[in-house]
Amino acid sequence: MRIALFVTCLADTLFPAAAKATVQLLERLGHEVVFPPEQTCCGQMHVNTGYQKAALPLVRRHVRTFEDHDVIVAPSGSCVGSIRHQHAMVARGAGDHGLERAAQAVGERTYELSELLVDVLKIEDVGAYYPHRVTYHPTCHSLRMIRVGDKPLRLLRNVRGIDLVDLPAAEQCCGFGGTFALKNADTSTAMLADKMQHIKDTGAEVCTAGDASCLMHIGGGLNRLDAGVRTVHLAEILAATEES
Amino acid sequence: MSTFLGMPATSPPGVGNLRGDEPFPKAARKALANSQLRRNLGHATGTIRRKSGAVISELPDWQELRAAGSALKAATMARLPELLEQLEEKVTAAGGVVHWAADAAEANRIVTGLVRATGQERVIKVKSMATQEIGLNEALEEAGIAAVETDLAELIVQLGHDKPSHILVPAIHRNRAEIREIFLREMPGVDPALTDDPATLAAAARRYLRETFLSTKVAVSGANFAVAETGTLAVLESEGNGRMCLTLPETLITVMGIEKLVPTWQDLEVFLQLLPRASTGERMNPYTSMWTGVTPGDGPQEFHLVLLDNGRTAVLADEVGRQALHCIRCSACLNVCPVYERTGGHAYGSVYPGPIGAVLSPQLTGVEDNASLPYASSLCGACFDACPVKIDIPSILVHLRNEVPHPRAEKAAMAAAAYTMDHPALYTRAQHAAKLSKHAKKLPPPLNGWTASRDLPEPPPETFRDWWAKR
Repeated sequence: MRIALFVTCLADTLFPAAAKATVQLLERLGHEVVFPPEQTCCGQMHVNTGYQKAALPLVRRHVRTFEDHDVIVAPSGSCVGSIRHQHAMVARGAGDHGLERAAQAVGERTYELSELLVDVLKIEDVGAYYPHRVTYHPTCHSLRMIRVGDKPLRLLRNVRGIDLVDLPAAEQCCGFGGTFALKNADTSTAMLADKMQHIKDTGAEVCTAGDASCLMHIGGGLNRLDAGVRTVHLAEILAATEES
Repeated sequence: MSTFLGMPATSPPGVGNLRGDEPFPKAARKALANSQLRRNLGHATGTIRRKSGAVISELPDWQELRAAGSALKAATMARLPELLEQLEEKVTAAGGVVHWAADAAEANRIVTGLVRATGQERVIKVKSMATQEIGLNEALEEAGIAAVETDLAELIVQLGHDKPSHILVPAIHRNRAEIREIFLREMPGVDPALTDDPATLAAAARRYLRETFLSTKVAVSGANFAVAETGTLAVLESEGNGRMCLTLPETLITVMGIEKLVPTWQDLEVFLQLLPRASTGERMNPYTSMWTGVTPGDGPQEFHLVLLDNGRTAVLADEVGRQALHCIRCSACLNVCPVYERTGGHAYGSVYPGPIGAVLSPQLTGVEDNASLPYASSLCGACFDACPVKIDIPSILVHLRNEVPHPRAEKAAMAAAAYTMDHPALYTRAQHAAKLSKHAKKLPPPLNGWTASRDLPEPPPETFRDWWAKR
């Protein structure tokens, strides 16, 4: 299958390993990955901070970049959530109904990585090997906005060598929330403190998730404390093999 | 003593207790530093979440009930004016008197006047959010009328010269040791050997309140529901103290937000299933009191209904925000909110805290007067999932953030970011600048909020698109 990658600005700039892993995984499974270079950012930060008008050109750019692609994947539940649930709203707010329809259509063809694997490519065992103790944090937008359910866990359970441990209070937010982490830095930190404690309680050496943004937040906190736990994107675990 | 339940007097005139005197992040910072509060809240919200979750999971049709509740509320809002007139007609026909109040100040004037007309100097109160919203107790105090809260938790708050911090459990920020101390200090005639055993504390409150019930001739209540087709008012509570207030006095004055209507008696069937399970985690509400006007020889012989707007009409005019009026005040969103669980209710500055407060309070006051509340959320979505009438709180938050006046520097930064993102060449250049920047332990404001507690990721040697271009 020919799959267009929406890399997300965050993974492109700061977490390329997650994006590369997405490409390597899909190619290993026999699919063709294309990367439309006109893509930049989905505009989620603007929309969620209250700047829908400023987000409009980004929504338009995203829709024009991807409207000719049949299947689009992004290694981020929250960017997919924005594309699926906010792009049409931004276009509607601007009175651009043509863009609204196009955004709706692109949103319907855009999948978060675990959705693409399980729902579209119908695969739960991707042949990965990852001999580490891992706990999975189901990020809020993956869980409650696009509702990936247990798809990431089904994929992880099939990874050879993995010691997958449940995260207590897993469904509670890590406190990131985009600009929330800056505007309400103290509350965000209080939420992060509890998330880090739960992660530590699992004894895991790796905390994984389907969103580089939440992992940046959790990882930033763990790193500051030298907590001895690293954050790794779901795509990197699924891309890992005995050879790599 | 005159402002014992009062929020700071900086709200716009007329609207009542709907905003605090400092923005949420500042108020939250103080609350977060209170470790006793953090523990009390964590324990209490966790307990309610577990209890509510267990009884909700017993109902196979919970999702259908939520959908029905949502649809009924939407249908009610669509024809609110005619339903309100129908309610007025039915209540009047049943011997009640209906008053209309445009804002908090007018509602307070009406209630104060009605109490004065009875010649009484004390009223007993049923727990009511509407009267907290308008600051009725303070207004009555100013008129020389004592208002005694009879809901146990409201009594704790009142005796403690404190403010409610939760819609349903207003003393949630207090533990039993603190409650014992408040009772010993403030409750007239309390046994000095009082312990912090919950049953003993409840018994002390019961002894104190019993006297008051029997000797007070006027009661003030709110209402959970009003049925337009019959003119029936309903109050749901767990203690029976509300029932005392609604039946013993000679005069009953009910203050109700205009959105509390349901069209028909049968509609209550849905809400009486939703509310107890979502709020207190009970299968059936313990005390459900309903009354229609005045029944000769039985209960209060004088009944006044004050219908309160106080910003609700403006909320109704907003296509996205109007869902907030569907709220049945169950507090499920507070109990699941990771922000509320850590900051508690006082940080929100409004009598409506938590996720619903963050969307309701700014709409009632006007967003420019409550600009920090729509940002008091990480948009995690737990509130939307928990809401028994499916209010899409995250979407309203995003909508209100788009309406608030933005700080000038932020506006400029957002415009610059959007411009860069819309020009791939600029974007690539910005990426390389980020890549070359040293790993910073401390960023300048406003980004220092991040580096205060979190490291920045190490910039990678190459961006994804550089890697892709080279393959």
